[in-house]
Amino acid sequence: MPATLPFAAFTALVTFLVSFPIMGLKLVKEGTQLTLQSGTPGAWTFIGLAVLTVFLFQLFRPQIAGATAGLRSRLPAMPSVMPEDEAQKARIERVILWVLIGVALIFPFASSRGAVDLATLVLIYVMLGLGLNIVVGLAGLLDLGYVAFYAVGAYSYALLNEYFGLSFWAALPIGGLLAATFGFILGFPVLRLRGDYLAIVTLGFGEIIRILLNNWTSVTGGPNGIGGIPKPTLPAIQTDPELAVVGLEFGRRAKEAGNVPFHEYFGIAYNSSYKVMFLYIIALLLVLATVYVINRLMRMPVGRAWEALREDEIACRSLGLNRTAIKLSAFTIGASFAGFAGCFFAARQGFISPESFTFIESAIILAIVVLGGMGSQLGVILAAVLMTILPEVAREFAEYRMLMFGLVMVVMMIWRPEGLIPMKRPKLELAQ
Amino acid sequence: MTDTLLKVRNLKMQFGGLLAVNNVSLDVNEHEIISIIGPNGAGKTTVFNCISGFYRPTGGTIHFQDKPVHGLPDFKISRYGMVRTFQHVRLFSRMTAVENLLVAQHRHVNTNLLAGLFKTPSYRRKESEAMERATYWLEKVGLMEHANREAGNLAYGQQRRLEIARCMVTEPKLLMLDEPAAGLNPKETRDLDELIVSIKEDYDVSVLLIEHDMGLVMGISDRIYVVNQGTPLANGTPDEIKNNPDVIKAYLGEA
Repeated sequence: MPATLPFAAFTALVTFLVSFPIMGLKLVKEGTQLTLQSGTPGAWTFIGLAVLTVFLFQLFRPQIAGATAGLRSRLPAMPSVMPEDEAQKARIERVILWVLIGVALIFPFASSRGAVDLATLVLIYVMLGLGLNIVVGLAGLLDLGYVAFYAVGAYSYALLNEYFGLSFWAALPIGGLLAATFGFILGFPVLRLRGDYLAIVTLGFGEIIRILLNNWTSVTGGPNGIGGIPKPTLPAIQTDPELAVVGLEFGRRAKEAGNVPFHEYFGIAYNSSYKVMFLYIIALLLVLATVYVINRLMRMPVGRAWEALREDEIACRSLGLNRTAIKLSAFTIGASFAGFAGCFFAARQGFISPESFTFIESAIILAIVVLGGMGSQLGVILAAVLMTILPEVAREFAEYRMLMFGLVMVVMMIWRPEGLIPMKRPKLELAQ
Repeated sequence: MTDTLLKVRNLKMQFGGLLAVNNVSLDVNEHEIISIIGPNGAGKTTVFNCISGFYRPTGGTIHFQDKPVHGLPDFKISRYGMVRTFQHVRLFSRMTAVENLLVAQHRHVNTNLLAGLFKTPSYRRKESEAMERATYWLEKVGLMEHANREAGNLAYGQQRRLEIARCMVTEPKLLMLDEPAAGLNPKETRDLDELIVSIKEDYDVSVLLIEHDMGLVMGISDRIYVVNQGTPLANGTPDEIKNNPDVIKAYLGEA
């Protein structure tokens, strides 16, 4: 008798106990009463198969593990494409970056409207991922309520526009600033907490913001949300009838007084895809700015301090580093990027409601960061692309989305626990 | 007369029912190397933790350059010019040696975010100054060739020296070393001896030392405080301490 037999029998029993009430029994309505009936023969076959599979897998687990061990050692052959030489590596990375930017710039002119629209969504998630990456990846603070700052950004544009008529370009910095302020206000009391406690408080904060937006009906419209948020305009100079700066709108007709439709200004035929392209380009510019800023931050004293604080907090304190201020800076800067992203999201959608800012959003953004590799910019971008595009591509399997999600997470933990592209911190080298 | 740098009076530290430090008083003057010795568990490190602000003392006063510092947060105390090391090496092990020294200069460099984003001239100047200071101290502790290696990969003795260099780049007035010679071989201990004396002589930084290596302590200390079970036992020059019957009794046990 193999040693695995008792355990295999036990797991088979558990499988049966779990699947039997779910698949093997059926509730049938007879008049006003519910009666319990046995399931279809097909369902019973499935249960039998499941039990058998689990039993056999557990029984022959050592043999299976032995067979797949060879497979696993062959899997991670991917990272070795990069040469070992650091300088050469940096050069290659720079080339890859420029090629990516080039492709991203040409992309809207060479693909369909739907693809550009999807790419814009991807860019929003890239921005959110990069922003959260500062907090989680660089400063090592687990934030489960990041979506709150996203919501603050989105609602600040929507509300500022509704009540004060502010344009997108005026609201963008204000949205970022407001989100940063919220980050600061939240961070101040909670950053003395560690790890798990911080995660729980931020989780709560995310929910508070959402529930507040949901219930403050007189201002935010509650669950009905806010609609009719104008799209961004392109500032241009008009010479006729008089010299003035006007906003170019991308609709067929200008909705706001003083604005001019884009196609009329340039004297070209109206095309609805201009609007999508324009949104895409704004998103791309925002992402590029984000990438640049974070790249600088990592090389600046504050970036070094984040890293040091993650490594040894006590040593930092002994050297005169104010840990609260440093953590707060990460929290605030991270939040401001969510604010920018939210502002843009509101402008793109034209309609926002608390629905868009549920916990699952926070979870997805966090998944992007973890999947990509904490602290790694390229990794986060790649993960954002995957996480946004895959569900769109595999629409037929939408019901299995969460299942796939879990599966991918498990596989990643085994295969590449440090993320798709593990972080390589830019090290300051001393010229010798 | 030399000026008093650090003045500790009647320091008390109580953890629940345990009185870890009881009525310890000590003075560190400018241009002095002072040692605190005592058997294991005597409360030496607790004294250190109180002075550097990691613990909030339950009684007594601590003045640094005539300013009260007891009860201040640790990072503020270190900014006054009192920097310490720890019994166990606490480097940022995944950062390079030179980066360790740059982090330590955090409050000297330009931390303005906008200045850093746009690399303003003042930002560049401060950064290059920090780099120069780091280079200087790497040279001083003999780690120049390891500047770009991760601190965690250095040999133990090198890590110890890097830790002292990391304290020195903050330009302190008082350096507090907690068992710096622990785990070093005789040659490394001699180097450490020279380094500490040079820190006092060439940079005019006072040193407060906790150490078990009596050869090192007796050789370089100007004065020694002996602590036993949280209470001060004796203090004086190395010669006085060597011949103090109470100290001998505490160390060797009663005959």
